[in-house]
Amino acid sequence: MTEDLILETRGLTKEFKGFIAVNDVGMRIRRGTIHALIGPNGAGKTTTFNLLTKFHAPTRGTILFNGQDITTEKPAQIARRGIVRSFQISAVFPHLTVLENVRIALQRKLGLSFQFWRSERVLDQLNGRAMELLDAVDLGRFADLATVKLPYGRKRALEIATTLALDPEMMLLDEPMAGMGHEDVGRVTALIRKVAANRTILMVEHHLSVVEELGDTITVLARGAVLAEGTYAEVSSNPLVREAYIGVSDG
Amino acid sequence: MNVRVNGTLLGIALLLVVGLIAPLLVYPTFMMKVWCFALFACAFNLLLGYTGLLSFGHAAFLSVGGYLAGHACKAWGFTPELGILLGTCAGGAVGYVFGWLAIRRSGIYFAMITLALSQMIYFVWLQAPFTGGEDGLQGVPRGRAFGLIDLDNIYAMYYFVFAVFMAGFLLIYRTIHSPFGQVLKSIRENEPRAISLGYDVDRFKVLAFTLSAALSGTAGATKTLVFQLASLSDAHWHMSGEVVLMTLLGGLGTVFGPVVGALLVITLQNQLPQGVGAWVPVIMGSIFVVCVTAFRRGIVGELQALFRR
Ligand SMILES: Nc1ncnc2c1ncn2[C@@H]1O[C@H](COP(=O)(O)OP(=O)(O)O)[C@@H](O)[C@H]1O
Ligand SMILES: [Mg+2]
Repeated sequence: MTEDLILETRGLTKEFKGFIAVNDVGMRIRRGTIHALIGPNGAGKTTTFNLLTKFHAPTRGTILFNGQDITTEKPAQIARRGIVRSFQISAVFPHLTVLENVRIALQRKLGLSFQFWRSERVLDQLNGRAMELLDAVDLGRFADLATVKLPYGRKRALEIATTLALDPEMMLLDEPMAGMGHEDVGRVTALIRKVAANRTILMVEHHLSVVEELGDTITVLARGAVLAEGTYAEVSSNPLVREAYIGVSDG
Repeated sequence: MNVRVNGTLLGIALLLVVGLIAPLLVYPTFMMKVWCFALFACAFNLLLGYTGLLSFGHAAFLSVGGYLAGHACKAWGFTPELGILLGTCAGGAVGYVFGWLAIRRSGIYFAMITLALSQMIYFVWLQAPFTGGEDGLQGVPRGRAFGLIDLDNIYAMYYFVFAVFMAGFLLIYRTIHSPFGQVLKSIRENEPRAISLGYDVDRFKVLAFTLSAALSGTAGATKTLVFQLASLSDAHWHMSGEVVLMTLLGGLGTVFGPVVGALLVITLQNQLPQGVGAWVPVIMGSIFVVCVTAFRRGIVGELQALFRR
């Protein structure tokens, strides 16, 4: 059986002044799946995201996207290719309105972002689409609010809406539910399932129930290296994984 | 949102009224100086207030505009509006180079690179044959605007300067409220996020820097025509500090703040009694510390916060 891979890494390694944060990671992410990346704190999950989106340059290794080597590209190029990330700490534009947050993502494709002589009213043509995206995450009624005033869980939802605005082929979500209340977790889980319908998602998540529910494939990272990979059932019964997570082996 | 738009319209109307009647109430030369510095501070605010880049070398662009316009009007017989156009383009060109070099670093390193580069410009003016060295470039003619309006008439000169200010101010206002301005604000708010949305933030920063420098050049060129003099003090790092002070006092990232800040600083400099001479920097410094501690958002920023509540 040939697999349809959207993203593949080979020997991906990142050293920080001699400290190896990501060690020889080979990941194969199949198109159209939800792939979860889990592991204890400090395992190198965020660093892996930074490598994939080129916020860090890898020390060694290659990254292939749709079979093309993207290892030396710049972060903004990666985004324009269709790999769009979110951040572990909520990444919104706090002093823009909620609507403007989403619109800034939609704006790029209009190709007028360098036009300093035009009124921003030309962007109003995007308001309809922006409202659709906001409604999808239940933020429609906050559209004109300054984003800084949103509660934390809502900011994370806004971040997902902004990411979706780019209609990315692949979405990288770094702990999208960190710091969320119980109902929010349920809502965002449903949202991720919905938006995964026609794209690939790689997500870091600490809520194991969410990982179990959403993850088609799970990669477990520990001390920078891949410890195990497989379905949730396979991974969760792996004694090495149990040891890394709980600190004791029950074998 | 409507309240805000109406507030802005009201502000622009007020600015127009003040600008039109001011020469009847105060010395036109004083007001011309205010408009030049107000434009300089607004240009600086475009960079610091709306893009989040702290330049500590903006005196360079003021002086590039000033010396080039002065030389062109004096030696090459440029009309004043062409002199200002040249000063604007030259400021922008130097700004493009500075910006391109400086944006590779961020924060304090960015500020230090702009400072170092502006010190180089200072040295150029000190050495160049046409600048008059320590004496400055003197005897710049005001000439006839568009070959018609004799600017040796003080009122003609005043309204010419005010028109230049308003044109620059409105261009900055438009830039802030343009698709480009939206991207600038997003860079200021969260640069990594702007990158992750696919924006090449460096290119946006360079354009913002160039625009800011060009309009600083406009301010410098206009100032040279007003005083018929371009001098080394325009290029000194004191001047780079002063524009930071004006902007912060008036209100960083507000449309009208830099205008208010410039008015305040120039008034204080003019009104402090003659006796205090050497103490001016100390007095200005104290006022600055008190204001920035007490009203963190600057005068206009605090007023806006008051009205929004
Ligand atoms: N920029 C950096 N410089 C030095 N060390 C870093 C840097 N970023 C991450 N690290 C280190 O790399 C390791 C992995 O971090 P991270 O990828 O954030 O882990 P995770 O997201 O899995 O919790 C940690 O030990 C962290 O201290
Ligand atoms: Mg992390």
